[in-house]
Amino acid sequence: MKKRKTVVFFVLLLLGVVFLTYGIAEGGYTATLQKAKYICLECIGIG
Amino acid sequence: MGKHNLKRRFIQLFCAALYNANLEGFKERTIYKGDGKGVCVPGLHCYSCPGAVGACPIGSLQNAISSKSPGMLFYVLGSLLLFGVFLGRMVCGYLCPFGLLQELLHKIPSPKLKKSRVTKALSKVKYVVLAGLVILLPLVLSIKNGVSVPSFCKYLCPVGTMEGGLSFAVGGGSFAEQTGVLFGVKLGILAVIVIGAVFIYRIFCRFLCPLGALYALFNRYSLFGVVTDQTVCTACGKCRAVCKEDIHLPGDHECIACGDCIRHCPVNAIRRKNPFVKRKDDKK
Repeated sequence: MKKRKTVVFFVLLLLGVVFLTYGIAEGGYTATLQKAKYICLECIGIG
Repeated sequence: MGKHNLKRRFIQLFCAALYNANLEGFKERTIYKGDGKGVCVPGLHCYSCPGAVGACPIGSLQNAISSKSPGMLFYVLGSLLLFGVFLGRMVCGYLCPFGLLQELLHKIPSPKLKKSRVTKALSKVKYVVLAGLVILLPLVLSIKNGVSVPSFCKYLCPVGTMEGGLSFAVGGGSFAEQTGVLFGVKLGILAVIVIGAVFIYRIFCRFLCPLGALYALFNRYSLFGVVTDQTVCTACGKCRAVCKEDIHLPGDHECIACGDCIRHCPVNAIRRKNPFVKRKDDKK
């Protein structure tokens, strides 16, 4: 049981690192920044 | 308040201050536009809040899904995976300012709604919110109409209304002029949740928060959190009675790792996960 949890943990960790790295390389950070630095009227219930 | 709870409260307050470090934004009624805004924070915190210095992971996830940008989608999913795999729902118990607000509201003396089969059933609603409003609806709307609609933020999220909407709408100006029916509805939702939190412990987190639902999927495998040693547990049920969340066992998907149950366990079967301490039974 503990071994299975450890395996799942490392698989998820690896997946997280790969996703994050690939996302940054594909401009994910910049795209997130572009969305987040403008006021989203829909998000705050105004638009 | 115990020593541990005091420590937890301090971390919650520190996080709330850290997420809202752009104090100038509240004064100038504008938002932070620095590089930090591209980094997702672990807790639910609207990036259109004047104080926000990071990006909301749920808002970013909806934008990534509806904008069909693979880079953004992988970036946000990678961030969420890492938060989840390290902390699980410990994020809810320690790093979410809206969770802190609800806990403080619940301290107001009043009759409290005890957990029951109804609250346990309601705790499943957050998974529907995650699947429906955060994933499916933004995806369907973007495919069908080609528009990016962060459905959860737009129709349900009380955090954006409180942190962003109220900050910009109160005090007049162009934002106040743009408010309409939707803003009224969102204010109503916010009021229900704020008043509800006085009577029901963490009403939004337990029943509606899609971020909590997402982190719940990682709780069993996360590096930090709380765990029950099944070989020691006598199933007396004291932990379940003490816990204010709808848990079955400490460390399950509803557990926010507050640790309140640890000192109440008569056989010391509950402990904090600590990857840096080697235990005798670790080879089991």
